[in-house]
Amino acid sequence: MSESSSNRNLQVFLNGIWKENPVFVQVLGMCPTLAVTNSVRNAIAMGISTMFVLVMSSMLVAMVRKVVPKQVRIATYILIISTFVTIVDYLIKAVSIPVYKALGPFIALIVVNCIILGRAEAFASKNTVYRSVLDAVGMGVGFCIALLCLGGVRELLGSGSFLGVPIFGPYFEPWVIFLLPSGGFFTLGAWLLVFSLLKERKARRAAQEQSA
Amino acid sequence: MSVGTHAIDIRTSPHIKGQLTTDTIMLHVVYALLPVTAFAVFVFGLSALLMILVTTGTCVLTEHLLCKLSRKQTTVGDYSAVITGLLLALCLPPAFPLWMAVVGGVVSIGLGKALFGGLGMNPFNPALVGRAFLQAAFPVAITTWAPAFWPKVWSIERFTSIMLPTVSLPFMRPESVAAFIQGVSLDGLSGATPLAKMKFEHQATPLIDLFVGMTAGSAGEASAFLIILGGIYLCARKMMNWRVPVSILVTASLVSGAFYLSDPQAYPTPMFMLFSGGLMLGAVFMASDMVGSPMTPLGIWIYGALIGAVTVLIRLKGGLPEGTMYAILLGNACTPLIDNLTQPRIFGARKKAVKQ
Repeated sequence: MSESSSNRNLQVFLNGIWKENPVFVQVLGMCPTLAVTNSVRNAIAMGISTMFVLVMSSMLVAMVRKVVPKQVRIATYILIISTFVTIVDYLIKAVSIPVYKALGPFIALIVVNCIILGRAEAFASKNTVYRSVLDAVGMGVGFCIALLCLGGVRELLGSGSFLGVPIFGPYFEPWVIFLLPSGGFFTLGAWLLVFSLLKERKARRAAQEQSA
Repeated sequence: MSVGTHAIDIRTSPHIKGQLTTDTIMLHVVYALLPVTAFAVFVFGLSALLMILVTTGTCVLTEHLLCKLSRKQTTVGDYSAVITGLLLALCLPPAFPLWMAVVGGVVSIGLGKALFGGLGMNPFNPALVGRAFLQAAFPVAITTWAPAFWPKVWSIERFTSIMLPTVSLPFMRPESVAAFIQGVSLDGLSGATPLAKMKFEHQATPLIDLFVGMTAGSAGEASAFLIILGGIYLCARKMMNWRVPVSILVTASLVSGAFYLSDPQAYPTPMFMLFSGGLMLGAVFMASDMVGSPMTPLGIWIYGALIGAVTVLIRLKGGLPEGTMYAILLGNACTPLIDNLTQPRIFGARKKAVKQ
């Protein structure tokens, strides 16, 4: 009994990383995904701040899920989320001004990130605190991985570097398009293509095994 | 179906087929493009030839590989990839780095055509998708123009030597080669296009030069004469709708004529507008792409008017010297809408019934 429940808990955690990856499968939170992934540094900063807000607000929402009247639940979630976003906003400003400037309005826009509100409404409001936190961490890690995938490609091609370290030498010709918003769409599209190809291949293998 | 049995063959309409197939039409478009291509090689020399070969090869190869990847029968045989490759080469600067041309070819076929489902499904002209990508990715390289007839009109040098940017190392800036081969300098390579001269220096190029093709610019946009010749050939063979180029060119001359009349000092003449830059090539060979242009005659007039007007507006009022590419892509994007709005009245139906 306890083993199966811990297994299920592990499943909750892993769901966010692969099977229900917020970016590559659910295609949620597109605004930060496209806007701030033109470098690995920005992607990491955005990923970690979103994850922090996601975990904290999921925890709090799960805690208060039985005392909040149904009619005002969304307003309550937003209030909780924006509290943590304000904390993140001040934190980033204190830690690194360049990152703060690079992320710009997108820090404040974490409030309306649909991943966070989505997890609060779809999961945290119906589950225990422990499971909600697990789910939030899984989703957060999945979001971080997705942002890194995008930021890595875009920084490599767009400025020839990784985390600000030049990789291709001084004569590299940057593909400017990857620093522009359109490059974000292209990169996201390419990753979605890769993921759906992988999934299709897996499904085909499973079907073959079943028939065999 | 079953070959060899004597059953009555029952099929749905059409029962009588014309001789014109996709392959034939595409092949004739290639024929119409050949004089333009040959002239581009003559004007810009070995570099242009290499680029044309590279883009065409890349497009055909990409098409073949993507067909294989999606387990379809290869569609290389319908010549559409060849046309895309040729058009892409013709709308790039002659000394464009070859590795970037390869990127352009892959993007044209992959992003512009295959991802939408192949020929007939692509909403945009594939060659222009490739060029738009290159324009956004490598803004410097794509506006570095080589002079026409360098160093002299009848000199063999142009065909024996390659312009340096052409052979730049993959993923590297053109200067990388100069650094690679010590002591080679890159000067003697700057040719402003007539449109750039007009926009930034207010200097008009003689019309006859534009018509015959004595000017710097993209590989294929030099000679308006040969482009018109190719267009007339295709129209005469009914392989292209004459309304497309005519409506674009008429609108462009009307709109630029209005600008010219309002202030002859500040704006170029309509004739200059028609014969400079990529407008002629775009109007004849790119906008007339059957997939991306509307079906109804009225729709084509609207489509052409949109492209002509937007081209002139970008050239005269926008930040770029040339706007044909974006105008055609915009026109392509509007095509489904135009088609929807200009459906002919169904025979026997009342006007009101159609509207609902």
